[in-house]
Amino acid sequence: MKAIGITLLLAALGFLPAAHAAGADECIECHAKTTEKTASGKSAKVDPEAFGGSVHAKGKKKCLACHEEIENPDKAPHGKVKAVDCASCHDKEAAEYATTIHGKAKAGGKSAAATCVDCHGAHDIRKSDDPKSKVHKVNMDVTCGACHGNDAMIKKEKMPGGNVAKLYHDSIHGESVHGKDKSKAPTCTNCHGAHDMRPKSDPESNVAKGKIVETCGTCHSKAKKAFLGSVHGKMKSQNVKAAPDCTDCHGAHGVQKHDLPKWQVDVVKECGDCHLDYIKTFRDTYHGQVTDLGYARVATCAACHGSHDIQRKDNPESKISERNLLATCQGCHPKANANFVKFEPHADKHSLKSGPALYYTTKFMQFLLAGVFSFFGLHTLLWLYRSIKVVSARRAGRTEEKS
Amino acid sequence: MAATSIPAAAAVPKHKYYQRFDRIDRAMHALLMITFIGCTITGLPPLFADHAWAVSLAKLLGGFSGCALIHRVCAAIMIVVFAGHVVRVFVEAVTKNGILGTLWGPKSMVPQPQDIIDAYRHVRWFVGAGPRPTFDRYTYWEKFDYWAVFWGMFIIGGSGLMLWFPTVFSQVLPGWIFNIATVVHGEEALLAVGFIFTIHFFNGHLRPEKFPMDLVIFTGRIPEHELKEERTKEYERLVKEGGLAAIEATPPSNLAKYFGWYVGGTAVILGTLTIVFIVYSVIL
Repeated sequence: MKAIGITLLLAALGFLPAAHAAGADECIECHAKTTEKTASGKSAKVDPEAFGGSVHAKGKKKCLACHEEIENPDKAPHGKVKAVDCASCHDKEAAEYATTIHGKAKAGGKSAAATCVDCHGAHDIRKSDDPKSKVHKVNMDVTCGACHGNDAMIKKEKMPGGNVAKLYHDSIHGESVHGKDKSKAPTCTNCHGAHDMRPKSDPESNVAKGKIVETCGTCHSKAKKAFLGSVHGKMKSQNVKAAPDCTDCHGAHGVQKHDLPKWQVDVVKECGDCHLDYIKTFRDTYHGQVTDLGYARVATCAACHGSHDIQRKDNPESKISERNLLATCQGCHPKANANFVKFEPHADKHSLKSGPALYYTTKFMQFLLAGVFSFFGLHTLLWLYRSIKVVSARRAGRTEEKS
Repeated sequence: MAATSIPAAAAVPKHKYYQRFDRIDRAMHALLMITFIGCTITGLPPLFADHAWAVSLAKLLGGFSGCALIHRVCAAIMIVVFAGHVVRVFVEAVTKNGILGTLWGPKSMVPQPQDIIDAYRHVRWFVGAGPRPTFDRYTYWEKFDYWAVFWGMFIIGGSGLMLWFPTVFSQVLPGWIFNIATVVHGEEALLAVGFIFTIHFFNGHLRPEKFPMDLVIFTGRIPEHELKEERTKEYERLVKEGGLAAIEATPPSNLAKYFGWYVGGTAVILGTLTIVFIVYSVIL
């Protein structure tokens, strides 16, 4: 045992030059055990198992194909070893990378920006369809999350979107990728692309405002079709800036299942982000109050207006058009009749526009409250003042003063 | 602790008690009190749904289904109690007090000119411009409490039933009535809650002379000195008519006292807390 140990140690330190030309096995022999560091301070150790499983170990490309500047592998130390240039083989991908947000950031001097090895690994690099690969579907969120899920790094590098790895992990997509539906569920690169990844602000990006419907629609073709025919979709195709798209309502990384009560009540706030007056008047109704408390047992926006297929009231196809309103209300109130649907779900009690009866009732109630509380408030305060005087006079053993 | 420092109180021998409220009066007050608090704590969350405390309170009370159930059960009991009271007033008007005696005079809850005079004199006493007035069986502020509840029953009860059974009411009423019912139910509820938990609590229980609790509504018995001092006109009338002996009562039972202290006390504490939350929410 001891003899072998000494031999290996000497080998590692380069005192025992290898007798034959270097193949991977010969390199690994030293690098599996070495405690040496490279010029930039990284460990020169290579895990033989990780390398053994890598795509490069299987092919003909061995160590020197990447570490090409090493002229005399048998002699250690090898002199200065440069960073591996993947472009020497993967020139197409490298060219693409240079145009992405990561490539540009790197070229702009941002050392934190991801390079080939940050996503693909180095010696342990595997094909993307290998479940052990860092860029396999099920591992992608962890790989991207190494940076986009690292709060300190996100803050330091001002990464857009915050901790998107966490959001994704808790989303229906994240859940599915790690569950039964993994073949259907998208991972980071399905929406963002891989080597062609671009920032949202780049019109060429898959997740840019102009392209997101197309991107989501790759899987959600029915929703895409309904959306494009809806009032929002038409606005979108006319390039109306305010038009919402998929992510405005669903969020991007944190997409939730549509039948989750929490999501159903939360999406009301998303509608309210644009429809300011309607959310305000909605909150005045029982539907609005109960959903605000977090319960989806009553009507939300979508319950009456629909979701992807939403239309203006004057469109006969609308769920709230004259033709369809009764049926829509009957969805929850089966016994609703023509009288019932005269309910105004967005009445503004502070405006005469919603009818004088509601307006003046509101005014009357406010007047009544103000009147009663002012009168009895003052009455109580005066009484309290007098009572305190009387009681303290009694306590002092004096008789109550007559005046 | 206070009693020892008041020589006058120590000098009173053993209290004599007179019956002020009978069993049914007290039971009705107790039921009204409990159901009112039930409706309040389950009704405030939707009214203040945008506040964190409302969300927590709703969760605590069983979420949407829990709150809705408690609110409706309490409301139903309250409506039955109210209907029972109205029937009782009618029956007693015919059998005992007479229709005229129910509508007018010292035993009537109907506001009368004397109430305006009493209120005026009372306020004069508050500001030190006159002597403390004495009252009959029902004071003007007690009558206001009574009619506030009476009116509130119709307003809150009526609008509440509309919102509870909208498809029944829409058989005859247009749907926009539910917009009005929503406003009225909420605002009148705020009025009732605000009034009961501040003004009624102060007038009935929390003012320094009664602090922290006037037990008469729970025990039904009023001590002789209180009847003499505060309801002098009733006392004198009873002496004159010779009815005093008929209403002389045994001292309050411990059960009634405990109920008053614990259940009534809980109501006062819950009510006061409610006011704190409302004031906080309305102001901030």
